[in-house]
Amino acid sequence: MAERVSSPTTYYAVFGALIALTALTVGVSLLNLGPWHTAVGLAIATTKALLVALFFMHLLHGSRLAWVALAVGVFWLGILMVLTLADYLTRPWLYN
Amino acid sequence: MSANTGALWEHYENLEQQHEANVLGMWVFLATELLIFGALFTGYAAYRAQGDYSASFEHASSKLNLGIGAVNTVVLLTSSLTMALAVRAARLGRRRALVVLLLLTALFGTVFMGFKAVEYYEDYEKKLVPGLAFDPEEWRHGPVKPGPVQLFLMFYYVMTGLHAVHLTLGIAIMLTLAVMAGRGSFSPRWYAPVDIWGLYWHFVDVVWIFLLPLLYLIGTHGKF
Repeated sequence: MAERVSSPTTYYAVFGALIALTALTVGVSLLNLGPWHTAVGLAIATTKALLVALFFMHLLHGSRLAWVALAVGVFWLGILMVLTLADYLTRPWLYN
Repeated sequence: MSANTGALWEHYENLEQQHEANVLGMWVFLATELLIFGALFTGYAAYRAQGDYSASFEHASSKLNLGIGAVNTVVLLTSSLTMALAVRAARLGRRRALVVLLLLTALFGTVFMGFKAVEYYEDYEKKLVPGLAFDPEEWRHGPVKPGPVQLFLMFYYVMTGLHAVHLTLGIAIMLTLAVMAGRGSFSPRWYAPVDIWGLYWHFVDVVWIFLLPLLYLIGTHGKF
């Protein structure tokens, strides 16, 4: 309501950046990066997700309450991932 | 809901607070959605990180149709642009633009689903469907094993399938909102449904943004 109305130019610019990043991530996949494909792909995907969240989902200028909900979601996702992977990734240690 | 058009429910101080509560509610829902998809991503990571699975995962990934995956990413990003512009049109009270942009969003979502259907059929023809069309003998060379390959393919179907379910629901919601907008249900004073289902649409887009590299881009395409 009291939120700032973004100009369409902002949305077009963000869209352009998203398309460019998509071209980049697909382009990079054609190169032989060995084990680095996942890291590069995730870095580009995170950048794209941030662009969508900050501008399209109005995190930048919207209610700060949304940040709380998002932070809680990401925090719990962190617990889910870290504890699960801490188990799976250390199992081979038992046998070495 | 339509009875509430432009009106303030009595448990809110003002329209601004009411709108903020609506938006917060959707963000809380999206936080739970993050954990639903997060569980799948975690399962994927747990296997992918193990040495005897990663080679099979990467090899199977390079067999997926990267062209369709990339085109579909562009289609979905375009639908997010029209969605963002739709929310803007609603906020400014531009009824006609709102209807058109909501319909365009639904259209791009449908195009995505169409490409996905073509891709699933092609996967079937390429014998990439465990239990239905799959030849284990094709997947025995070097570190590549049929078991891990089938596991990767199942992650591919479950993750893209759950994403497709969300998108299908999103398309139905966009069409409903377009009808409501056409009837003049929204105004700059009350357009919360457009705003919050826009958030949902963008979230589904973000899920796909992560599915693209993890499913299609982990292997080196064309080098195997």
